[in-house]
Amino acid sequence: MFENLSDRLHAVFSKLTGRGALSEADVDAAMREVRMALLEADVNFKTVKEFVARVRARAVGADVMKSLTPGQMVVKIVLEELTALMGGSESRLVLSSRTPAVIMLVGLQGSGKTTAAAKLANLLRKQGKSPLLVACDVYRPAAIDQLEALGRQLEIPVYRGEGLDAVAIAREGIKDAIARMRDVVIVDTAGRLHVDEDMMAEAAAIRQAVRPDQVLMVIDAMTGQDAVNAAAAFAERVDFDGVIVTKLDGDARGGAALSVRAVTGKPIKFAGVGEKLDALEPFHPERMAKRILGMGDVVSLIEKAQDTIDADAASDLEARLASGVFTLDDFLSQLQQVRKMGSLSDIISMIPGANRLPKDAEIDEGALARTEAIIRSMTPAERAKPSRINGSRRERIANGAGVRVFDVNQVLKQFTQAQKMMKQLGAIPGGGKKRRFRGMPGVSGPF
Amino acid sequence: MTQPWYKRLGNGLARTRGELQGHLNVLLRRGPDLDEQFWEELEDALLQADMGVTATTEMTGRLRDTAAREALPDATAVLARLADEIAAEVRVPGDDPFTSGPATVLVVGVNGTGKTTSVGKIAKSAADAGRHVVIGSADTFRAAAIEQLRIWAERAEVPVIERAHGADPAAVVFDTITEGRARDADLILIDTAGRLHTSSDLMAELVKVKRVADRESPHPVRVVLVMDATTGQNGLVQAREFHRALGLDGLVLTKLDGTAKGGIVVAVSRELGVPVVRVGVGEGVADLEAFEPDAFAAAIVGESPAGS
Repeated sequence: MFENLSDRLHAVFSKLTGRGALSEADVDAAMREVRMALLEADVNFKTVKEFVARVRARAVGADVMKSLTPGQMVVKIVLEELTALMGGSESRLVLSSRTPAVIMLVGLQGSGKTTAAAKLANLLRKQGKSPLLVACDVYRPAAIDQLEALGRQLEIPVYRGEGLDAVAIAREGIKDAIARMRDVVIVDTAGRLHVDEDMMAEAAAIRQAVRPDQVLMVIDAMTGQDAVNAAAAFAERVDFDGVIVTKLDGDARGGAALSVRAVTGKPIKFAGVGEKLDALEPFHPERMAKRILGMGDVVSLIEKAQDTIDADAASDLEARLASGVFTLDDFLSQLQQVRKMGSLSDIISMIPGANRLPKDAEIDEGALARTEAIIRSMTPAERAKPSRINGSRRERIANGAGVRVFDVNQVLKQFTQAQKMMKQLGAIPGGGKKRRFRGMPGVSGPF
Repeated sequence: MTQPWYKRLGNGLARTRGELQGHLNVLLRRGPDLDEQFWEELEDALLQADMGVTATTEMTGRLRDTAAREALPDATAVLARLADEIAAEVRVPGDDPFTSGPATVLVVGVNGTGKTTSVGKIAKSAADAGRHVVIGSADTFRAAAIEQLRIWAERAEVPVIERAHGADPAAVVFDTITEGRARDADLILIDTAGRLHTSSDLMAELVKVKRVADRESPHPVRVVLVMDATTGQNGLVQAREFHRALGLDGLVLTKLDGTAKGGIVVAVSRELGVPVVRVGVGEGVADLEAFEPDAFAAAIVGESPAGS
């Protein structure tokens, strides 16, 4: 993993402590680090040049000179400029009131169009729409089958227009949507290289035929410098209204997204963040700016927690805590809530500064599963009253969970500690659910 | 085999010769002077080819020294030297896992790089060359991946082994190798599901697949990573993680027929010493070819390949 920009700038400026102001040479050194960080994140080299010039102009200003922590000041400027470059606030999907509304997806091969089409259909359905998927990729073997299989999983209809060409499928797909009373059509097209004239002409012809409300270009977050060439060609030949960035669940910094926004002016509307069909999220420029700089994403973490944690279970737990009861069953249900949020390494990656952990620090993904198995191997009576778990019971539990007695002891110890903590929490009057998040450090400020 | 791939790059599909492809030619057209602007533009061109900031800075720095020390006369001489250096970086010794004898080859990579298509093309060319090929569809996750591979198997007229969607990929590997043994196959190709190198569960699944292959295969087991030429700096992290988990024997660089130059493989070869064994230059069956370090380097530097 690359170091994050804050650390790098900190290293640059730490040599300067004690001095009051930044010299031109200091700013130059800082700008070299900014440039390096952006290039390593795959931001287009031209965009980097312009960007660095802009940041530099601001950084030599009076604010920084007087600032006690010039490093933080420069990071703040970089972050602001980066967010602005990505379009400031989030950009939503604009659909007209005509029925059906039409969304068309375009992009290079392997960028994830078909998966994105299914995810988008799923998202729109959650918003009360009734989507129809139209499979226009008549080239890649089994591409239409793929969309149909995804549609089946989601129970969303797919129009496949057997034997027709791509333009005709798109046109007939709209008719099919009207006949079936679907109010949104998502047209999935074949992946195509931006230098392939015939294929670009086909995409333009599909656009012409169905007059979509929105054309979205699907871009892989792992794309390098070539992203802007592809995007510029699609903008010119087909034209599009926005971008879906896919595969952001990996560790690619996604500088390509920034470059595409900077070069074509098209906003990023959605981000694909996982293999599951609900892993498509509205895009947040500020969070992306932090990601590009390697600064973690506390806001996403909190949203994920709020999404995942079952409100009923949480208030139930609160009531029990207030009365001073915390059993192994409660412990188990808490563990399950954490597991629902995803893999531990994902969660940790969202914590700012986590990339400073030693690279070899192994995250034991199995630990939670083992703990769960151990608690599940206990009888209800044991879970309610752990003090009765004696030596022979420990042995039985260890056998049941396929672990050593030592592991069972560890879990019981952890539980006792958690119980103690919970008792203290329970003693705080009004220790409500919302409070737990509001109190988290680093949420409101930019760093 | 008709024309070499670097020649076909120029014709075939009508293509917009982007500003990029000619970037370094522009450098030359500007004049042969080795001024500050030349060096800056050279650096930009390498960055643009996805060589990465570390490799770019190192290489241009070294070239500047060489140019001064050996009194290289002009930009043309510098570019020729640069092409040689890049070719040297990617000229990594290693057997071709597909043609150097009987083998079981696992084809791995992140999502959307072209694994299934590459397996299909390799199966077809090996079968055409008279080898006994069996392919296994261990991508039991992606919708219709099995159907996609089945179509390629029909084209190549080779048997394909599959299990239901959602089945254990290691079981598919077992079945495929068993079938391969029964048919006396000398090339067993296994297509695996695309996975991000950051997903520890899926990487662990792949390690298990490899373990089963190692245990069951009558032939040496090779692992080939498929990487998309449009991949940026994350490509190095990808290669590193797959190499750490499985040990890589080769890279297949796909989608080199666009404007992307695939410079990230220079970084991969430098750091991991894994050779590029095939490049994908088009959609046709014959468009997956042997890798030519000199032609690759010439394309990055923007020179016309020798002899064209």
